[in-house]
Amino acid sequence: MTTAVVDTPITEDALREALAATQRPSRPSALSASLSFGWRAMLKIKHVPMQLFDVTAFPIMFVLLYTYLFGGALAGSPSEYLQLLLPGILVMNVTWITMYTGQGLKLDMDKGVFDRFRSLPIWRPAVLVGMLLADAARYTISCAVMLAVGIALGFRPDGGVLGVLAAVALLLVFAFCLSWVWTAVAFRVPTPESVMQIAMTVLFPLTFASNVFVDPATMPGWVQGFVKVNPISQLATASRGFMHGDVDAAAVGWTLVWSAALLVVFAPLTMRRYNRA
Amino acid sequence: MTELAIEATGLVKVFGETRAVDGIDLAVARGAVYGVLGPNGAGKTTTIRMLATLLHPDGGSARVLGHDIVREAAAVRGRMSLTGQFASVDEELNGRENLQLLGRLLGLGTRGATSRADELLAAFGLTDAADKLVRDYSGGMRRRLDIAASIVVTPDLLFLDEPTTGLDPRSRNQVWDIVRVLVSEGATVLLTTQYLDEADQLAERLAIIDHGRVIAEGTRGELKASVGAGSLHVRVRETAQRDDARRVLAESLGADVLVESDPAALSASDVDADRAAVALSALAAARIPVAEFALGQPSLDEVFLALTGRPADAPTEQEEDAA
Repeated sequence: MTTAVVDTPITEDALREALAATQRPSRPSALSASLSFGWRAMLKIKHVPMQLFDVTAFPIMFVLLYTYLFGGALAGSPSEYLQLLLPGILVMNVTWITMYTGQGLKLDMDKGVFDRFRSLPIWRPAVLVGMLLADAARYTISCAVMLAVGIALGFRPDGGVLGVLAAVALLLVFAFCLSWVWTAVAFRVPTPESVMQIAMTVLFPLTFASNVFVDPATMPGWVQGFVKVNPISQLATASRGFMHGDVDAAAVGWTLVWSAALLVVFAPLTMRRYNRA
Repeated sequence: MTELAIEATGLVKVFGETRAVDGIDLAVARGAVYGVLGPNGAGKTTTIRMLATLLHPDGGSARVLGHDIVREAAAVRGRMSLTGQFASVDEELNGRENLQLLGRLLGLGTRGATSRADELLAAFGLTDAADKLVRDYSGGMRRRLDIAASIVVTPDLLFLDEPTTGLDPRSRNQVWDIVRVLVSEGATVLLTTQYLDEADQLAERLAIIDHGRVIAEGTRGELKASVGAGSLHVRVRETAQRDDARRVLAESLGADVLVESDPAALSASDVDADRAAVALSALAAARIPVAEFALGQPSLDEVFLALTGRPADAPTEQEEDAA
């Protein structure tokens, strides 16, 4: 899109008028500043809708591939496997998308506009929180797409609408907290690609060495040990519980503990770097 | 208001082995343009980033509008605006959205931000471009939007980091006009530049920095006096006459005349217009035809040569690496 843009002359009077005594307004609240940055992210999606590819096309491919490739072998039939898989693959996908948050932040940081944001008299974490809020919207879209595909393929959650919503809400909380890990990474590495590499290295084993795809019962003992404590497993178990109307309070509790721990460690690490980058 | 806009003492910033800023002192009065002149990598951007609270100094201290840049960073941010070297606008949004976003972030509210955005777009000649993505703007338009973004709420102090680097002459003049209006309306502007003529056009006082240090400071007049006038360049029509021409010029100017690598060219530094005219008449009287001549303003190189005895260095890129 390289349409020629019309350039009109400036007039000194209009300039003087624009400068004349605007009262300095009072500082907006933390929430308002964060929402403004969320609005910015939404505008970007509006201008370049292709950004939504990773939260729509990929999830559809994953659901289709895993259901039909492994369903028969692992659970007797694709539709039976789907009951186990869908809550898990929701977890895997959203967890994976969190790394784009780190990459996006790194891309933003390398531009001049980031300096302007940092020089504004606003609540300091607003830039990041706004970005994460907008990402939560992306995660929600991703979940909605996968659920729609899943239901079309025969996914039947016994937990009903409320159960599904509870599972998605828990997933969003975890994803929001996990995103701070990648924002902290973004401040310490030289390029957006390195954010992705580090995130992949962590997320790949974490999501596969979990109970997302299969029951860990057939795995060797030491792998089972890891799978059991893996937060991704806890989250997958919790989200299955909500969706199938069989709430696992321990898994929900552990997921919240993990989320809080990630936030408490990585949000301050991010902010410390942000303040002196 | 006699309090200074900027008061920096011994500011230091070290990146690895490089002392990018190596003890800079600045005293910038309110209500005028203060120029910071220096070649690429001299430490201009690093200094501005420290003053604008984006970077913590490793040594020294500074007060901006009376507030300490480290301990009272929030108060500093509340009263200044920054227009960074690499356009500090969002390329992925359109012009109006950029200004609306800042209006909202500064507390104008959704409606207030929109009307302020439209007012500024009109004042900066960007109304027709308001709905285009900034990515498609020309360099000059981007710069204007950038400055408009800095005055969504009129700041007491505006940092302009190399506002005309890379702009065509017309856009450059527009930016200069904007800066003049800003100052006539009472703002204080700290401007960095690599161009001597820009500093000369806009800044009452300036500091010349090199290798992270202030090597000269004063009003335009003082600095010019210390540097001397420009240089006279003459090309004779017949190369055989160059030696004669050199003798005549040296005699008339009472100064050294250098031979250039071009076999017809001569030059003499520190020559004002009156003496140049007399010297050229002397050549005519001696029947030495001149092919061309020029009297140049002292260039940044000549300023550096005069102040340091060596030319301005090639860029070191250390600032970009560090940013």
